[in-house]
Amino acid sequence: MKALSIQNLQKTYSNGFEALKGVSLDVAEGDFFALLGPNGAGKSTTLGIVCSLIRKTNGKVSIFGVDIDQDFAKAKQLIGVVPQEFNFGVFEKIEDIILTSAGYQGLTLKQARPRAEQLLHDLGLWDKRHAQARMLSGGMKRRLMIARALVHQPKLLILDEPTAGVDIELRRSMWSFMQDINRQGTTIILTTHYLEEAESLCRNIAIIDKGEIIKNTSMKALLGELTSETFVLDLITPLQENPVLTGFTTRLIDATTLEVEIKKEQSVSQVFALLLQQSIEVLSLRNKANRLEELFVSLVDKTAASDFKAEKTINKVSV
Amino acid sequence: MNSIRIYWVAFTTILIKEIRRFTRIWAQTLLPPAITMALYFVIFGNLIGSRIGEMGGFNYMQFIMPGLIMMSVITNSYSNVTSSFFSSKFQKSIEEMLVAPVPSWVILSGYILGGVTRGLLVGLIVTVLALFFTELTVHNLFITITVVFLTAVLFATGGFINALFARSFDDVTIIPTFVLTPLTYLGGVFYSIHLLPEFWQKASLFNPVLYMVNTFRYGILGVSDINPWAALAAICVFIVLLFGLALWLLEKGKGLRQ
Repeated sequence: MKALSIQNLQKTYSNGFEALKGVSLDVAEGDFFALLGPNGAGKSTTLGIVCSLIRKTNGKVSIFGVDIDQDFAKAKQLIGVVPQEFNFGVFEKIEDIILTSAGYQGLTLKQARPRAEQLLHDLGLWDKRHAQARMLSGGMKRRLMIARALVHQPKLLILDEPTAGVDIELRRSMWSFMQDINRQGTTIILTTHYLEEAESLCRNIAIIDKGEIIKNTSMKALLGELTSETFVLDLITPLQENPVLTGFTTRLIDATTLEVEIKKEQSVSQVFALLLQQSIEVLSLRNKANRLEELFVSLVDKTAASDFKAEKTINKVSV
Repeated sequence: MNSIRIYWVAFTTILIKEIRRFTRIWAQTLLPPAITMALYFVIFGNLIGSRIGEMGGFNYMQFIMPGLIMMSVITNSYSNVTSSFFSSKFQKSIEEMLVAPVPSWVILSGYILGGVTRGLLVGLIVTVLALFFTELTVHNLFITITVVFLTAVLFATGGFINALFARSFDDVTIIPTFVLTPLTYLGGVFYSIHLLPEFWQKASLFNPVLYMVNTFRYGILGVSDINPWAALAAICVFIVLLFGLALWLLEKGKGLRQ
């Protein structure tokens, strides 16, 4: 069963901006799916249409087989949404916000209260349940929106940048929470600018750019496309010049920091062996950038470059 | 059947949220009309009213009491919906409702009844205050209750439409300040239109508030400048028209969905 099926989704805003140019996408039931793209690529428009905040111009959207044009109310019962921006009444109490949201879903107080209590405990908000939402920290506000989205136990959870502005410790605890609910059967669609987050959580991925899907595959397959990785080596031995390591591209950042590009078929051991031959000792090693980030940048840059090329051709023709 | 149960729960949720909102900020919503109306009763009813003498066969305090109650009902039912719904738009908390399986008519009905509840509660507070200054007699209970309820529904619906169109907090106050207040003050709250020159008497007949105030006054005192039954019918027609318009705008997503 497909948790979400999008076919040829198009959206043109009233100002003429074509935000989606025929997006097609399937998300399987139980998946943890990443929808990535640069700012303004069409992620939020796509998700906005799925949860009815934006009207589509054309195309078809089904949630667990329910066509939103046929029975949007039924489809909405299956979705929980955590939007990018805070969207609750800031003067309302935390518990009231969750219970009110449950009420909109048709849950009576008797049904909603135990669920709300459980979520407040799970997300570390229990002690704040009587506080007004405006009194919460940024991280707590994010967790409040997650609790609110889950109170009616949706089968599909849409997380639009759920950890934006959240410190790393809290972010990791939120990841673990999201993994838990995914393991319990909730399908999750995640958009995020933290690519490390998408890489460690998601099994499948789509990358959208300028209103079009430019990549839709499994995370494993996508990462397999990475042809090289750049590592940063902290050296014990200070260097005056960039060392020559046959077969590797190197760049000396400062006396004790060296960047080495290692291709898919090469190994880190080879680098260490070559460095040892020159009596250069290494203190530590780390990735320059997250692997998904490198791919993401190269994919998005590629479309930007082809657009630039096309633009130049048009200019030439018109001249 | 299941849908009806869901809609009922959603409707009561909106209503309870609305009541919680205006009672939480009672110093802004319930107290000011009580103070303002108490001042009207003291100044116009007692101090100046004692020198005016009778109007429509009743002393001035008795005459203005129904108008002042109706004025507070109109203002509060309207402003409750405009400020609450616009705040929801402004804070984006309206999205909670839009992503939930709540039909537009349930959203609209919930907000309207929230506005009606505040309007009637303020009306009740003003009535209790009025009892310190004059006696309350009810000539026709059915008309009294019906007209005050329908008027609150009508203005709450109007407030909803105002909030749908509003893009800033200024837009929320324009209609109450420049349309509602003049219509209410010129709607026979403080005088009988028979005191006016003929031209202004006829001009007053175009003021919808005149019909509501006079119908309510008829219900309480048994005197009116207009036919109360015709007025009730007209209010019902306007409710149907405004409710239809508000529902259409909401379905269209006016000011809510792109």
